[in-house]
Amino acid sequence: MRIIKNISRRTFVKSIGLASGGLILGCNTNLFSDKNKTSSKNLTDFNPNLFVQLNSDGSLVLIASRSEMGNGVRTSLTSIIADEMEADWNKVIVKQATGDAKYGDQNTDGSRSVRYLYETMRNMGAMAKAMLISAAAKKWQVPESECTAKNHFIVHSNGKKISFGDLVEIAKTLEVPTDVKLKSPKDFKYIGKNLKSIDVADYVQGKAIYGLDKRLPNMKFAAIVRCPVTFGTVKSFDKTAALKVAGVEAVIEIPRIEKPFGALGGVAIIASNTWAAFKGKEALKIDWDYGENKSYDSENYMKEITANVHKQGKVAKDVGNISKAFKNAHKIVESTFQLPHLSHAPMEVPNAVAWVKGDTCEVWAPTQAPQTTRKEVVDYLKTSEEKVIINVTFLGGGFGRKSKPDYIVEAVMLSKNLNNPVQVVWTREDDIKHDYFHTVSAQYLKASLDKNGKVTGWLHRFAMPSIVSTFSPGVDYAAGFEIASASNVPFDIDSMKIEVGKAPAHVRIGWLRSVINIPHGFSENVFADELAIAANRDPLEFRLNLIGKDRIEDTENPIKYNTARLKNVLKIATKNAEWGKELPENHAFGLAVHYSFYSYVASVVEVSVINNKLKVHNIYSAIDCGTVVNRNTVKAQIEGAAIFGMSLAFYGKITAENGAIVQNNFNDYKMIRMNEVPNVHVEIVESSEKPTGVGEPGVPVIAPAIVNAIYQITGKRYHNLPLSDYGLV
Amino acid sequence: MITLTINKKKYNIDVAPDMPLLWAIRDTIGLTGTKYGCGKGLCGSCKVLLDNSPVQSCVIPVSAAIGKRVLTIEGNSQNLQLLQESWMELNVPQCGFCQSGQLIAATALLDKNENPTDKDIEDAMIGNICRCGTYQRIKKAIHRTVELKNQHS
Repeated sequence: MRIIKNISRRTFVKSIGLASGGLILGCNTNLFSDKNKTSSKNLTDFNPNLFVQLNSDGSLVLIASRSEMGNGVRTSLTSIIADEMEADWNKVIVKQATGDAKYGDQNTDGSRSVRYLYETMRNMGAMAKAMLISAAAKKWQVPESECTAKNHFIVHSNGKKISFGDLVEIAKTLEVPTDVKLKSPKDFKYIGKNLKSIDVADYVQGKAIYGLDKRLPNMKFAAIVRCPVTFGTVKSFDKTAALKVAGVEAVIEIPRIEKPFGALGGVAIIASNTWAAFKGKEALKIDWDYGENKSYDSENYMKEITANVHKQGKVAKDVGNISKAFKNAHKIVESTFQLPHLSHAPMEVPNAVAWVKGDTCEVWAPTQAPQTTRKEVVDYLKTSEEKVIINVTFLGGGFGRKSKPDYIVEAVMLSKNLNNPVQVVWTREDDIKHDYFHTVSAQYLKASLDKNGKVTGWLHRFAMPSIVSTFSPGVDYAAGFEIASASNVPFDIDSMKIEVGKAPAHVRIGWLRSVINIPHGFSENVFADELAIAANRDPLEFRLNLIGKDRIEDTENPIKYNTARLKNVLKIATKNAEWGKELPENHAFGLAVHYSFYSYVASVVEVSVINNKLKVHNIYSAIDCGTVVNRNTVKAQIEGAAIFGMSLAFYGKITAENGAIVQNNFNDYKMIRMNEVPNVHVEIVESSEKPTGVGEPGVPVIAPAIVNAIYQITGKRYHNLPLSDYGLV
Repeated sequence: MITLTINKKKYNIDVAPDMPLLWAIRDTIGLTGTKYGCGKGLCGSCKVLLDNSPVQSCVIPVSAAIGKRVLTIEGNSQNLQLLQESWMELNVPQCGFCQSGQLIAATALLDKNENPTDKDIEDAMIGNICRCGTYQRIKKAIHRTVELKNQHS
């Protein structure tokens, strides 16, 4: 039995209001944020939060404070509470939180919902249970020690029992305990098991309401033409033809708001239906001032940043003596990697409904960042927080795109202008062309081997526009968090040097599922495979040696990484794939292993290349994400990450000419489809360590594993993506 | 005035005949289970059955549906219902957004092919994109539906 110590200091708890006659508990979840994360919250503030509401009919309303975008948080977070509370899962109703600082950090990104909230949610459930036990003891006039909670009842040792619902009236008069005991993991009923999504019935019946499905009486539909070049502005426009489109009611220019999440600006078509708004866009004639990004050409840009990694960069890490290692090398290997921009392309395009009434506003939107959204709306309307409500709908995918509420600000601007509820809908073309793109990158790696095939020196230079450029225009070098995944490469090498090259941004750069781990996970894993070949070793044996002895790597992160766990997932994935077994002609395995979001993932892929056509047959993935809350969700996320990784490896490429994005829709920004899908086999490592990230860490290993497998068949090494550029798919 | 028959119910709507069926269903009639994903017939999110055939409603004019039966995700069909049950059993959806279109495509497949092979499934489902990557479970859920049907027949 685990006892939470100093609970009054760690989790400031208090019973608050008695809405709906139920028992409500709250806590401060900010205390579990990463210490390094910039936060405007003062952690000593008291922010009462509501997560548990038990009604006298026994129904149990649990609050999901994070956004549901396929990550399964509405199920996982609430099931943690229900487990500790000994509640009946069938009596649980999940309610989505609005954007409000009282819930603590609500940013649903960084693969951190469970890892931030696991302990908090357990405490919420445990406190509710303790109070229900106290209530029953009081009612029966027996010692609390004789009462236990079981499946929505409190049971006395003499056999009598009373339902949770029947204890509400007494429980709500009690003091909230300051010290509660948590369950022993062996007694978990829901944690670590396979729970179905609590929303699955709604999903399959088309009943789940996404942002795009929100309807209000007399709501107008809006679509916006934005400048093809990032941050270009409207010079003049002719709305005559657009106003003639049946259903179009107004044409309104909106200015750019020069903030990281501000609207891009442009010309909006207001219509009685979405289609009319889309047609109105096509009829608009706009003369643009393209601005300073109009010369952005991604092909030339790639040459520029590649040149920047072929010369000395800013030194980010320098251990040992790299010059000496290279000088004394038995063999030198060097490679240059080029990866393009990516667009998030969630199936549900950016969209939002806003209704501004005077200085108040209500929003319904698919957002990963409801509090950021609230702040943006408050700033725009120059109003106060309590006058702005951000309702979080289901998200039809997010992948980082919906962390940036620019599209919500647009809806607010238009609603204010029209004094009417408005739904802004992006077309798919808008989505692909005006994204906060995943960065473009050039990387140069050079390593030395001694005569025994041991790596003695490792130089990694990279140039890529930083995410920070979105927040601080002019920043043209990678930031610390973007360097970390290169400088923390888990290889046991005496001399290591990391350098960054210059790379100014010409589009909005944002985070996309697994972020910097895509380029770094790719180059590190492909290059390590090249070193294995150069050393004439089996890639698995070579990699295990390269990772080296079991040790805890001392990074600046709160959770240090453990090379034993890294090697373990690689051993599991290769064992499941039967690494080394004979495969059919023109088939081969490739492997990759990567640590990200505090989790360890390895994948082995089996591919074939026949007549220069690539097919992925099997993917064997293993993940160690510490304690598992919902096995089904972890498995689903790793299955999905494999497909996401395949899409970017096969097809992912956003290019720009004359400052404008070339790609349009799913015809020229392709996704993996059913006929290309391999069998994905997932093993989850049993662990009692703290829960770590799940949504993202499955992505970075896929592309390099595929490239490494192709080499085994064709002898060709592909350093650049996507593979469609080589005619392989 | 255009009369549409959707899920066995008649709707009289005042829209331009060239409005894509998708927007008549979503914006005019208000059935939002059918989704907009691309607007160009590329992703399958908007699939409905038109006289039992799957169509991408984002590129079909509403006039093409006059006098025909439209089935959306909100409607009733034996195969649709059985597929929905398998989808739940195997916990197929992640974000769920594309699943209406996936289920409609799968319904059309089972309506004309009682025992589809993997290849048949790939051919029938190739027009439907799932960005979350639930394809493997979709395939399993279609097989599972057939298995349950065969057990009961």
